[in-house]
Amino acid sequence: MSKRLHLYIGLVLVLIVAGAVLVSYLWLPFAPDDTSGGRLAPPGGDHLLGTDKLGRDLLTQLLIGGRIALGTALGAVAVGGVLGLSAGLLAGFATRWLDDAAAVVLDILIAFPTLLLAMLIVAGSGASLGTAILAIGLAMAAIVARLVRVLVKQVLGRDFITAARVAGVSWPRIVLSHVLPNIAPVLLVNLALQAGLAVLAEASLSYLGLGTPPPNASWGRMLFEAQATVLTSPVAAIAPGLALVTLVIGMNLTADGLRLGVSDADR
Amino acid sequence: MLTVDSLTIRDQAGRALVEDVSFSVAPGDRVGLIGESGSGKSLTALAVIGLLPPGLTATGEIRLGDAYMVRATEKLRTRVRGKVVATVFQEPLTALDPLMPAGRQIAEPIRRFRGLRGTALRDAVHAALDEVRLTDTDRIARSYPHELSGGQRQRVAIAMALACRPQLLVADEPTTALDVTVQAEILDLLDRLVDTHGTALLFITHDLPVAARVARHTHVLREGRIVESAPIADLLARPAHPYTRTLVDSARRFDAALGRHLS
Repeated sequence: MSKRLHLYIGLVLVLIVAGAVLVSYLWLPFAPDDTSGGRLAPPGGDHLLGTDKLGRDLLTQLLIGGRIALGTALGAVAVGGVLGLSAGLLAGFATRWLDDAAAVVLDILIAFPTLLLAMLIVAGSGASLGTAILAIGLAMAAIVARLVRVLVKQVLGRDFITAARVAGVSWPRIVLSHVLPNIAPVLLVNLALQAGLAVLAEASLSYLGLGTPPPNASWGRMLFEAQATVLTSPVAAIAPGLALVTLVIGMNLTADGLRLGVSDADR
Repeated sequence: MLTVDSLTIRDQAGRALVEDVSFSVAPGDRVGLIGESGSGKSLTALAVIGLLPPGLTATGEIRLGDAYMVRATEKLRTRVRGKVVATVFQEPLTALDPLMPAGRQIAEPIRRFRGLRGTALRDAVHAALDEVRLTDTDRIARSYPHELSGGQRQRVAIAMALACRPQLLVADEPTTALDVTVQAEILDLLDRLVDTHGTALLFITHDLPVAARVARHTHVLREGRIVESAPIADLLARPAHPYTRTLVDSARRFDAALGRHLS
């Protein structure tokens, strides 16, 4: 597959989900708590995808779950990106023992499972979407920081930085005009990849009951709730599963397409 | 202008990479540092501009203008750089930021040291490009490094280095990465620019014939020590140290072989 195709297919998949989420703010087939359709109605008729075991419209639940998924991705990338970039920049500029210490701390943080971190935070402050975003964002920050640290060190070792320093350019200016632009491409690819992982992490947390609390629908919790009735009404499980796969594959393909574009520009 | 007095550079293990190196460069003078890779010539250059890689420590004294680069604070060193000293590196591709148009890279030091903005700044950038004999300055200023040839990139790097009229230019193997024909052009260009502006030149190379084209007084470095110092013509005619002799001999053998094939 060409890199263009990766990027286009990825963006189309993400945009399909994003478009559906935007529509959900203007129009929903049913109210989220409307149970008038009866429990476990099959697909068709008024309820395009049928209803869940409480009688709520599945398509409505799916759209609301999409808001949560995209919101988590954006929120976690914002938290992880800002924290990770700042920490990575500091570590990248640090020398000797401070740098060694930063590397060890980051490695330990990365070795710490995201879900375990999330459980600890939830234990402290209760399950909510904000907690989930914070936990996923913090875990992401460590990974981003480690990447940024290495990228910064690479850029700082190049002659044009020395040239800028010999030319008397101040450090803040060097960071803004030389370091950040040069690490941005790789960083963006990584953040796109991390967005997909964040969506999966949120679904896992909600599946375990550590993410979005009821009555708000999350794809992870929809999967959990459909588990008991998967043989009699499979659509309730297939729909959130497909939605999840679409968004995550879309984000991964986007990251892939960007990555191929970046390595192409390097040559 | 520049005085280096018993400069010693050690790594973290305490091993001396450069040992007891002393030389000086008078205003407008051209001094050569010759040595094979690993001889410490580039480290000496980095010490002069006060940018030794972390982990290396310098002792001795380096006086650049009125600043002592070994013991000066970073703030003081920054003040000296750009105004007093500028550098041209070996590999022009890495010496330029790949994501910044050539014109903006030249503009950066000009904005800082000559305080120019707007049209005046643009004119100064074009003048700097003109000076290094780049035609079509509009296009070059807008080009990214990968859109330029190796020779054009090195000219941009030279323009950037000389834009603020430094008193000393440190050129670290500025022609090594270039084609032989382009090499000659760049050497001529450096030669002329240094002359017109009265810039002192510290020229670092492993290539004796290249040094012979631009340098006057020349120091031969080997394993971190200066083994011989003499005007370049004397070095070529009467090399005193055995190492210098092998350098001169191999250059001659190469010339002779070339002559044989050409005739």
